[in-house]
This record gives sequence, C-alpha cells and structure tokens, in this order.
Amino acid sequence: MHATFSYPKYSFTPSEEQRTGTVRRHPVVVIGAGPVGLTAALDFARKGVPVVVLDAEDTVSVGSRAVCYAKRALEVWDRLGVGQRMIDKGVVWKIGKVFNGDRMVYQFDLLPEPDHKIPAFINLQQYYLEDFLVTEARKSELIDLRWLSRVISAKQEADHVVLQVETPDGVHAVEADWVIACDGAKSSVRKMLGLEFQGEVFKDRFLIADVVMKADFPAERWFWFDPPFHRKQSALLHMQPDNVWRLDFQLGWDADPEEEKKPERVIPRVQAMLGADTPFELEWVSVYTFQCRRLERFRHGRILFAGDSAHQVSPFGARGANSGVPDADNLVWKLALVLDGKAPDSLLDSYSDERVTAAKENILNSTRSTDFITPKSEMSRVFRDAVLELAVDQPFARSLVNSGRLSTPTTYTDSPLNTPDSDAFAGRMVPGAPATDAPVERDGHAGWLMEALDGRFTVLYAAAGDEMGGPVPAEVAEALDGLAAGPLPLAWHAVTERRRGIAGELVDSAGRLRERYDLTPGSVYLIRPDQHIAARWRRFDADALSAALNRATGR
Amino acid sequence: MAKLMTEQRFASPDDVYQLLIDSHRDLTPDQSTRLNAKLILLLANHIGDAEVLAEALRVARQGVE
Repeated sequence: MHATFSYPKYSFTPSEEQRTGTVRRHPVVVIGAGPVGLTAALDFARKGVPVVVLDAEDTVSVGSRAVCYAKRALEVWDRLGVGQRMIDKGVVWKIGKVFNGDRMVYQFDLLPEPDHKIPAFINLQQYYLEDFLVTEARKSELIDLRWLSRVISAKQEADHVVLQVETPDGVHAVEADWVIACDGAKSSVRKMLGLEFQGEVFKDRFLIADVVMKADFPAERWFWFDPPFHRKQSALLHMQPDNVWRLDFQLGWDADPEEEKKPERVIPRVQAMLGADTPFELEWVSVYTFQCRRLERFRHGRILFAGDSAHQVSPFGARGANSGVPDADNLVWKLALVLDGKAPDSLLDSYSDERVTAAKENILNSTRSTDFITPKSEMSRVFRDAVLELAVDQPFARSLVNSGRLSTPTTYTDSPLNTPDSDAFAGRMVPGAPATDAPVERDGHAGWLMEALDGRFTVLYAAAGDEMGGPVPAEVAEALDGLAAGPLPLAWHAVTERRRGIAGELVDSAGRLRERYDLTPGSVYLIRPDQHIAARWRRFDADALSAALNRATGR
Repeated sequence: MAKLMTEQRFASPDDVYQLLIDSHRDLTPDQSTRLNAKLILLLANHIGDAEVLAEALRVARQGVE
C-alpha cells in the first residue's frame, strides 16, 4: 500500500522512579496519549500542573481513523496553541451534500454566519493530529510522556491511586492523586474497575478505503443513499490532505470483514465509484462495526474517564473525538482548581454530570442517524426510503434525511454551575452555552474574542456611555481588578465600540460581539475557563458576580 | 395544547374513503406500503404538530398488539 505519512517511533526511556526503584506520587496521571489524553496534558501544563502521560504504544494512530474535527474541538486546540497548525494542514470544509441514487436531495452549511476565527470543520488524518499534539507536548517540561508503558492494574486508596505499569524494563508502581483514563473504546481501566458500558451494538459493517489520487471533487462531505456504483447501500466521500480521500462503503451485517479488506475486493468497489480510468492507490483499509454506549458516570472516585473510554458513538456525525476533546476541556480546569485547594472535589461531579449530558445528546443523534442509514426493521426501511423519495421534490422531507448530524457543542442547560438569568437577554448565549466567537481588536491588533478567553475565568463588561460615569465606572474597575488579583484565575475585559484606551479592552468595531451576546451598555458576562457561559446580567453587581463565581466553582 | 380532532370533519365521508381505497388500486402490497408511508409523512408535515401526531399514533396503536 501507498504511504503518504511516515510514522514516528517514540523511544522508551525508563523513568527515574523505575530506574531507582522508588515510588513517586504524581498529582495527575493520564492514561492514553490519543487526542483526548494529549489535549488534557497540554491543558494541565498550561495551568502549571505537572502531568505524567502513559501510553502502551510507541507511535501515533495507525491509519487515518478519525478524520473530521469540528469547530469546538479546534477552538480548544487553538486555546492550547496547536489549532492553527491543524487548520493549516487540514482540509477546511463546511458544506455537506446528500444524494439519493444520482440526485442531490439535501445540502447543509455547517457555518452559515461569517466572522469566526475557527472554521466549521477540518479533515485531517488522526496520525497528523496526534503528531502535532505530541510535538507540542514535548515542548513542555511539565508533561512527562512515557511510551511503551502499559497500565496493568489500578487500585484506589483513600487519597490516591496506585497503578502498576508494565514497560520493556519490567513492572513498577506509579502513584497519582488523580487518574484520567483516556484509553479509548476498549479501555482497560474501565475493565479493571468492572464498570458496565451500556448501550446498543448495531448490526452493520462498513468498509473504509483511504485512497491516494488526484481528483477534482470539492472539499465537501458527499453522502449517497443507494448510489449507482453501490446499489442498496450507502457511501461517503471526504477529502483529506496529501491527496488522500476517505471512501466509506456500507456492506451490511453479513459481509465477511476479513474478505472485504482484501485489495481484490476493495479495488473493484473503488473503481465502480471513481470510474475505471481514475488512477488511485490504496493507503489504508479497515472494516468496522459500531456501538453507541456509555458509562453511567464518568467519575469513579479518583479515576475520571474521558473520551471513548467513557462514551462511544457511531462515526456518522463525527461525534467521537469531537466529544472527547470537550471532556478534557471540561475536566482540566476543575481538577486544577481542586488540586490547588480552590474548589472542593465535588466540583468533579459536575464534570460527570455535564459530560454525561453531552454524551446522551451525542448518542441520541448518533443513534438516530444510524437508524436512518441502517434501518432496524422493515417498516423503518420503508419510512426511510419514503423520506428519500419525497426529498427529491418536497422541501419538508429534506430536513428528515439523516446521513449524520454533525457534531455541535453541548449547552449545559441544567448545570448546577450556571447562575440562572435574572435579566432578559436575546440570542443563544444562555448560561451553560459554549461562547461564540466575534472579531475584536486587542492592543491595536485585529483578533478574536476566543483568544481573550484564555483558560481563566473571564468577565466581559460592556462599556457604558459617559452618562454612567465613563466607559467603565471606577467602582466597577476596582471590583473587577480585585477579583483578578484574587485566588481564582480570572481576567476581565471591557467591550468598547471604539478604542477608549482601557487596559485589556476588546474593541468591537464591527458590532458582532454586541449582536451575538445581546450586549447593552453595562451588561456583564462571566465565562468559565472552558469558554462556557456561567452567568450574565444587565448591570454590574459585585456581590452577584462573586456568588456566580462561587457557584461555578462548586463552592 | 393542540388536540387530535376525532369528531367527523368531512363534508362527504364516503368520497374520502373511496379516495383512499382507489389510490391503492392495482398496487402490490409493497407498493401500497410505500404509498402509505409517503402519505403519512406528507400529512404529518401538513399537521406540523408533534403532539397531535403522538396522540394519533397512540390512538392508532390501540388494539394492534
């Protein structure tokens, strides 16, 4: 097979504790150096928390695997300083087209509004993504990456966890105050704890063929029901960097996975799709089935599960890695505060609550897509086919066509960390919602709101007119400066319409920020370190703000 | 709350019933099933109210099992 990527080999170096036979207690051990574990490690390092990452292998993801990365995950990576590299290498896209036979029946645009820093989606092979994350992690002295280090047991004590780790030099013990299990869908930590992973297994098989070819398909997601080249089944086409194309063919439950992986079976399928005279080479072939399952809770004492170890979805909708990264985003700031003694460890229960809510939402969407693509009963297939038939001429039916509802971030509507609104606001920035971006000018440079939401709590204050005592009244500035100097990591910014010379001001000359947050002079937003809205008011009230901060930190 | 209307609403009930039956003339059971599915989707969208649909489904399911 053709190779467009050469896999790095990370060397095993015995840790000092293994060499000297001493047992060390670490604040945090992350198990699994995949996208979620590496994201957590980078975020801990940003917050000054040293972290050990254990991985059983010594290279990145084999095969392109997860390919589609959504805006929200990219925003997290951008905050951690690696997003731009992924976007630069990746294929940026936002349009999806769905065909029935050879007719287009539905088209969607995932980012219909302008003025966002981060695109709706990129396609990038998982090996590149992990390579970039590892490269970034290696720059930090706080991240101790240990390859060929397999966790073979995990035991919870009253105030720590003891892990037995098997390496080429033998087995040794590693202790941690907290363990984050990012060891994937087949999580061995989950099995060690005997936890049930409940949900549905779907009876269908799909073939992934990554091919290298020169082609002039656009950078869009194309999905077919019953295409002329693959009758009675579905197919998918996606562009990746380096002239690699992801082709996905539905095979049905009776297909033999070993037979279907053979080039003599795969090549005719690809030729049928591309035309016999399109030259291509196979890069990676895989046959998969899928499940929609999750743990009941993601926190088990001092062990926290994140990513596929906690929840698994079908690939339709790109809700796997794209929901694992927000797990890390949600967890790390909370655990950093707990480690620092600034929040009670009950704050970690909100990690489980909020991310279980997200997992339920993802599983619901993923299950519905799967029911449409792989109908489970004869009548389900009849309705599916009726929708596809009607969708050609009847606009209403197009919105029922479900080839995967693509990953969007979850709003933590019912989170106990939210302060419910006491004032009326319009728009989507409700407490619990992920903050939306807007262009702003900072220190004389064009930038973005998301760049100001830098992993600390952030207060936005919509500068008032002079009738309220100047753009930022002295008592407001004093109270906010006081909070910024206090124990919690916090920054505040005045939002102005034009440059007023206020330190840290975000100049909203285009008015997008005011529009998207429904700001009026004097409005205040409190935004969490993971860029979700915690509280908002029409008027500044120092006591209300302190109470909201307490609430958002579980105190 | 929207409510499923179950009192008689047609000016000429026999005409409506004949319309339904005639539309299936000469169709195989599979073709009729397809027609019915499309009809349900069209009418459900026309009603445009998930509560009414849920109520209709509940009533329709009575006695089926």
